[in-house]
Amino acid sequence: MFVFIIRRLSFLPLVFFGVTIFIVLLMQVLSPYQRAAAFAQTEMQARNLDAIIEQYGLDDPWYQQYGRWLNQVRQGNLGYSRTSSEPVLTTLRRRFPPTLELALFAILPVIGVGIWLGTAAALNRDKLIDQFTRVLSILGWSLPTFVLGIWLLVIFYGALGWFEPGRINAQNIISIAGEGSGFERYTGLMTLDALLNGRFDIFWDALRHLVLPVITLAVVSSAQIMRVMRSALLEILSQDYVRTARAKGLQESVVNHKHARRNALIPVITLSGFVLIGLVNGVVITETIFNYPGLGQWAAQAAINLDYAAILGFAVFTAILVVLANLLVDVLYAVVDPRIRYD
Amino acid sequence: MDSTTGVALEAVTEKPRGSVLQRWWASKTMQRFRRNPLALTGALIVLAFIVTATIAPLITSPGRNCLRDLGLSAGTVSYAKNPTKAAFWKVMFTPPETCYAVPRVGFSPVPKSAAESNTLLGTTSRGYDIFYGLVWGTRTAFRIGVIVVGVSLIMGLLVGSVAAYFGGWVDSLLMRFTDVVIAVPALVLALVIVTVLGISINNLMIAIAIVSWPNYARVLRGDILQVKELEYVTSARALGRRAPGLIFKHILPNSIGPLVIIASLDIGSIVLTAAALSFLGLGAPIGYADWGQMISFAREWILGPPGQPLAYWYVSFWPGLIIVLFVLGWNLLGDAFRDVLDPRSA
Repeated sequence: MFVFIIRRLSFLPLVFFGVTIFIVLLMQVLSPYQRAAAFAQTEMQARNLDAIIEQYGLDDPWYQQYGRWLNQVRQGNLGYSRTSSEPVLTTLRRRFPPTLELALFAILPVIGVGIWLGTAAALNRDKLIDQFTRVLSILGWSLPTFVLGIWLLVIFYGALGWFEPGRINAQNIISIAGEGSGFERYTGLMTLDALLNGRFDIFWDALRHLVLPVITLAVVSSAQIMRVMRSALLEILSQDYVRTARAKGLQESVVNHKHARRNALIPVITLSGFVLIGLVNGVVITETIFNYPGLGQWAAQAAINLDYAAILGFAVFTAILVVLANLLVDVLYAVVDPRIRYD
Repeated sequence: MDSTTGVALEAVTEKPRGSVLQRWWASKTMQRFRRNPLALTGALIVLAFIVTATIAPLITSPGRNCLRDLGLSAGTVSYAKNPTKAAFWKVMFTPPETCYAVPRVGFSPVPKSAAESNTLLGTTSRGYDIFYGLVWGTRTAFRIGVIVVGVSLIMGLLVGSVAAYFGGWVDSLLMRFTDVVIAVPALVLALVIVTVLGISINNLMIAIAIVSWPNYARVLRGDILQVKELEYVTSARALGRRAPGLIFKHILPNSIGPLVIIASLDIGSIVLTAAALSFLGLGAPIGYADWGQMISFAREWILGPPGQPLAYWYVSFWPGLIIVLFVLGWNLLGDAFRDVLDPRSA
């Protein structure tokens, strides 16, 4: 197991270098002038692109530019994001907690609804709940994030006025801003911080703002988990050992939940790696629609502004995150299923 | 391997009756497919979209620039819908780019309903005709889907077959590279590539092709590794076939079939990725007939004027509905095919 984890971790540098070299090579498609234009901040700079090319060495061969970039990264400098007007690393640090909060809340319905409904459907095959689940999963699976998000906003914000976009109310933003407000940001997760500060009004407000983005983000993944859970459980219910368990007189619920469901979870865990990638993709769209100040929203803005430093930083960050999460999934896999040994 | 020997036996014992098409229709796979109502629904939806894309010029009225580029004037507008005229064939098969520009019905800064604007589904802000955008957007969708699937299939084919055939360090290098590309979430990587190459529909297609090929490369590599060990490949090699001939003449034809099916079923998800990027403002320019573009207008019109909260419902409803139906159709179709192709589900 230890060797396996080390081997998988050795993949990380590969991802890092692979992604960054790929992007730097891609940028060579542009002329130095085009690249320099992205660095210009003022009218005067824009007129004197040669100076920028000179200053940043944009005329040098790609490996020299890449080397310089690596040197910067080694000193903890990922460059400067024009979109957020601060260093990329600062933005990553500031905007990661909101995104993490969104993703953590989204995982709850994905696992809860997905596994629970999938189990119910398989145990009641071809009954009403199974049909219902099937329709639900097909619909959920076909609702693209950006369509669902817009529709939810039109109904629950535009028409009913129940949930607003954003992270918390404008008044609350003011009430917790600055040192004087006494609101400590321990974790960066708004709901948790509000609880730790004893501010239940803000907790409630943050929770309300999370409802729509969480639904938007969770629907597609829940549908996938539901389908896999259902088919995996159906397959296992027809296995010999399940019949044996029934034959020796065990209670139906014990057979279903102890013998069958636990084993059916294995394919679901396999799928969770894909679900994670789906969440990362979904975060970019969801945060943009709901004006939620996370990494995804920043990345989408950065892309439109041709903010290369930000985009590069975001891509490297998500790639490393996904690799780590997949490693976690594989380790979990071995914990759940004793037949799996990574040697 | 059972299936290949099965097919071979069938071919020997049973004389083929009817045309290739008839035999395909009567095959076990198709029989199972035809009995599945969900699969049929999916097929019908996709078919409806194909028909819409094909007859797009017949059910919409083109804008002024489109007419000009077709060489038509106000008096000869009807030529575009008349099969005896050259303009009809031109707009059907090689429409000028200006025909993809959504015509504007007035320049109102707020959306107008169907009745107000005298259009079928209403207009977005700045007067873009929603119906035209969605119908011609279907053409855009298929154009993106087919081109991207084609290009990424070729890329996957090259990488996968080279890796599998040569093995050793070539294989390791190519497969690690594939792993790296797969490690980055597709939308994020596509976002990066579009940003670097510049925002346009062609670069959008390049970006999606670059993120889509690794799966095909992996599948093909696995298939080739299996086929490579079969006797007939060994004998072809013994007879002096060199690598390229071996790959393209003997190995690929045997492993490419399922891959092409998998890839063509990806059209749905590829169009979806393209629409998502376009929605973020990283695809077609404003006013281009493209679904993601059409629904991105809705972001400004979530709230209606005071007192009429759902006044602009059509700006978000119609484009959303079309995208959902499209994805639904491909999902149903893809699901049915995976069931049919999976030998365990028999």
